[in-house]
Amino acid sequence: MATADRETTGGLAALGAPVYSSLVALGDVSLFAAQILGWLARHRPFARTLLPALYTVGVRSVPVVAITGMFIGMVLAVQSYGQFHQLGLATHLGGIINISVVRELGPVLAATMLAGRVGSAMAAELATMRVTEQIDALSCLGANPVHYLAVPRFLACVLLIPLLTVMADFMGVMGGALICIRVYHVEAYYYWQHTQSMLSLWDVVTGLIKPTFFGAAIAVISCHRGFHSKAGAEGVGRAATEAFVASFIAILVLDFFLAMFLNNLHDFLWPANGIKMI
Amino acid sequence: MSTPSTPLIAFDRVAIQFAEQPVLRDVNVQVRRGETLAVIGESGCGKTVLLKLIIALLRPTAGRVLFDGKILTELRERDLTTQRLRFGFLFQGAALFDSLSVYDNVAFGLRAQGGHPEAEVREIVRQRLQEVGLTAGVEEKKPAELSGGMKKRVGLARALALNPEVMLYDEPTTGLDPIMTDVINELILQARRSHPVTSVVVTHEMKTVTKVADRVVMFFPLSRLKAGEGQVIFDGTPAELARCPDPRVRQFVQGEARERLSELTRNGN
Repeated sequence: MATADRETTGGLAALGAPVYSSLVALGDVSLFAAQILGWLARHRPFARTLLPALYTVGVRSVPVVAITGMFIGMVLAVQSYGQFHQLGLATHLGGIINISVVRELGPVLAATMLAGRVGSAMAAELATMRVTEQIDALSCLGANPVHYLAVPRFLACVLLIPLLTVMADFMGVMGGALICIRVYHVEAYYYWQHTQSMLSLWDVVTGLIKPTFFGAAIAVISCHRGFHSKAGAEGVGRAATEAFVASFIAILVLDFFLAMFLNNLHDFLWPANGIKMI
Repeated sequence: MSTPSTPLIAFDRVAIQFAEQPVLRDVNVQVRRGETLAVIGESGCGKTVLLKLIIALLRPTAGRVLFDGKILTELRERDLTTQRLRFGFLFQGAALFDSLSVYDNVAFGLRAQGGHPEAEVREIVRQRLQEVGLTAGVEEKKPAELSGGMKKRVGLARALALNPEVMLYDEPTTGLDPIMTDVINELILQARRSHPVTSVVVTHEMKTVTKVADRVVMFFPLSRLKAGEGQVIFDGTPAELARCPDPRVRQFVQGEARERLSELTRNGN
């Protein structure tokens, strides 16, 4: 039997180490998520921590999410109009733009914006609390840090990111209509008629299911990074950066798998209407 | 439960390491009920780790840490919380909650414990703030608006709010001017007089040791111990500390660099 030489084993070990540490990190985050869900099931969060979290995640994110949504719709209109106009299908832009915004771009880009705005801020705040021993102080004073700090943030993200996505979708629809109807002079009647015929309730529902999972991922990952921050300003900075990057990757991965799952679910529920997926 | 003859806090062959770095090794220390123990030693020898082991913020990699006959790290969450409320912990930087006012910081433990009407909480908070020399005018301030000495005093008021049986002080006078240092020393003594507590004080200040401690334990960094040497190189009264012939103890007590400077500059530390 041939035996592996030193180079091969050295190379395998070098490949194995990051894979192993990634699996450990994934397991750690999963256990943290289980802790949050466990506390949520056993004790409701304190109003004095939940209300500020709802305000920070929800109210203060409205302007930036609205701007994001509006520009998504406007850019889609600008980029799509030329080709559709050449084919004489400009009025179909209503359906094309609005399906794209509602099913995919609105949820994903709004969640990405919130991963940067809300996720990084949560990670930095919790990391600062970690390095200044405030989290230890919470434990010493009889409060569980996961229940006191992570649960309100998790609830705020899960409840409000879907609502913010509605805002983003609305502004995206308005932005696309503004450009198509006012700038490119597409017939408004046919623009909205194609929107109505092509955009279904299922598209809207899937566009709201995804942000619920995105919000959960942003909250769990950002709180986890904050709780496990290394010492000093560098540790806090890394926690904020890692929270955004990991949240963004999680959003992309969840989007893919949720899209597959929801498409298959649609085919299962309405087989006559569906496109067969893998 | 501990009896008058058994120690309230006991370290039984305790070791702890972080990643591959050992910090404590085979530590056997006891603290009797009502005693004030000062823990001294060079930076990095594990003093703060010792305090966090007592209250189960850290778990030892070997050995046992007992509080009142119980191993806190083996308790369920609810029982651990109940035991932790028997402690007051004054952190090195006070660890006040940035988003809460001074009043809410001091009231935090009372509200977490539950069973106290808000009028009672208000009375206790005002009393504790008064005991540490802070007026009612400071209650609505946020920690960022306070000086270092004021933060420490608010931290002390917060730690004392639940009438703890054990007080843990992590370098309570670090970063303070000499006058404020003595104010904190006096407040530690005052807290002991007004509340019957057992105290563990981690400190670098020999004045604090002399003023507040019944007994002193000195730790030595593991990395500089010889093979077979114990990490606790002194255990006795402050008077015995001043007379200790061990050159390592004398060097620390007198605050002299001696050969440490050449060691550090040679090693590029």
